[in-house]
Amino acid sequence: MDFTLKIWRQQNAAAKGRFETHKVAGISPDCSFLEMLDILNQQLIDKFEKPVCFDHDCREGICGACSLYINGRPHGPDSAVTACQLHMRKFKDGDTIVVEPWRARPFPVIKDLVVDRSGFDKIMAAGGYISVNTGGVPDANTIPVPRAHAETAMDAAACIGCGACVAACKNASAMLFVAAKVSQFAMLPQGKVETRERVLKMVAKMDELGFGNCTNTGACEAECPKQISISHIARLNREYLSAKIL
Amino acid sequence: MSNILTSSIGKKILMSLAGLFLIIFLLVHLGINLSLIFTGSRETFNKAAHFMGTNVIIKVMEVVLFGGFLLHMFYGVLLQLQNWLARPKRYRIENYSQTSFFSKFMIHTAVIIGIFLVMHLFDFYLKAKFFGDVPLVIYDGKEYHDLGILVVEKFKLGGYAVFYIICLLIMSFHLLHGFQSAFQSLGLEHKTYTPLIKAIGIIYSVLVTAGFILIPVYVYFWM
Repeated sequence: MDFTLKIWRQQNAAAKGRFETHKVAGISPDCSFLEMLDILNQQLIDKFEKPVCFDHDCREGICGACSLYINGRPHGPDSAVTACQLHMRKFKDGDTIVVEPWRARPFPVIKDLVVDRSGFDKIMAAGGYISVNTGGVPDANTIPVPRAHAETAMDAAACIGCGACVAACKNASAMLFVAAKVSQFAMLPQGKVETRERVLKMVAKMDELGFGNCTNTGACEAECPKQISISHIARLNREYLSAKIL
Repeated sequence: MSNILTSSIGKKILMSLAGLFLIIFLLVHLGINLSLIFTGSRETFNKAAHFMGTNVIIKVMEVVLFGGFLLHMFYGVLLQLQNWLARPKRYRIENYSQTSFFSKFMIHTAVIIGIFLVMHLFDFYLKAKFFGDVPLVIYDGKEYHDLGILVVEKFKLGGYAVFYIICLLIMSFHLLHGFQSAFQSLGLEHKTYTPLIKAIGIIYSVLVTAGFILIPVYVYFWM
């Protein structure tokens, strides 16, 4: 398969940045999107040009590093996958593919397609943990947890912190990420103890970092590679409201 | 620590409460308006308008209502400005993500509704309240402002009726997202009840808009 790539190039955070057009030919339909970029980079290196910088780590859809905004969608045209799990068969031969970095004020571009997502780490550091002593590993079923709660907590914990929710949201809001992190603890007995402080601190940090406000468009849910539901955002709102007024 | 008046969630909560209040107000407004075409005379409408203008409880509610409007508008604009600032550099290709369609245009529909609201206040509310150039009519020996005739005169102008109808359709777009969104912002989400709330939101938006549109159409063609 042959493709024309329009890729965002930016020297550093302060530089202006521009789109660069490259052509790749003879790409296998079973090639992943990142492998296709590897092939492009080899071409560039062979021509003594600078390769395109992009974030990646596990390449099996669980680390959340590959943050590429492909043809107007985070992680590209496939649903419920990260860019590393996106295959070139999802495109048509001869397609022009536009690749951009996540765009949000709290996610400044480091270089080309790589953005600084440490804002998410700062939100986690503000309260995304359990500080009470939970003791050693308990025997199975000694702490009663309703199955539905365990499932909901697990669904929320599937969040890999890739930032697709922020990238997809027209407001660059981080609500789905924060909601998932608050929910995974709020649903379980060990996490419940500190829910009040957790939600207030994490929301305050999210606002301080300059993420946008949620307007319930549902774009985050549609683009989340882990299909995290916006019902978690409703839970976050609920936890916030009860932490404030109770 | 997070402050409810300035935090992102707090602002959304206040906005949704004000929005829900305005949604209830629209029903009251529609009820009175419909009396103009369903009672065969302007008497009920004029008496209701008189009641709304003079009753003490309603007068207090009037202040609350204006407060609700201002709160909703203030936070709406503030949230939108912050949201634009959160993405200083836009994508070359955007809006390909699946979203609820009307949610993308809330600020745009809001601006049009805002302009319509100001014109609407000048056309009816302020005229009745302050300017006094409204004809009088007598029912049971008591004088009333004949606001009904004002409405009929306005809607007899085809251009005005069309403008009014377009504004109402835009308001329905705003409501289609706003109704269910308010519940989500308040954290009122439930496996069983949320689909119900969404359905009620659609029914409300369609019926209330249709009800309001019925009046200019009826006045123009049959009155």
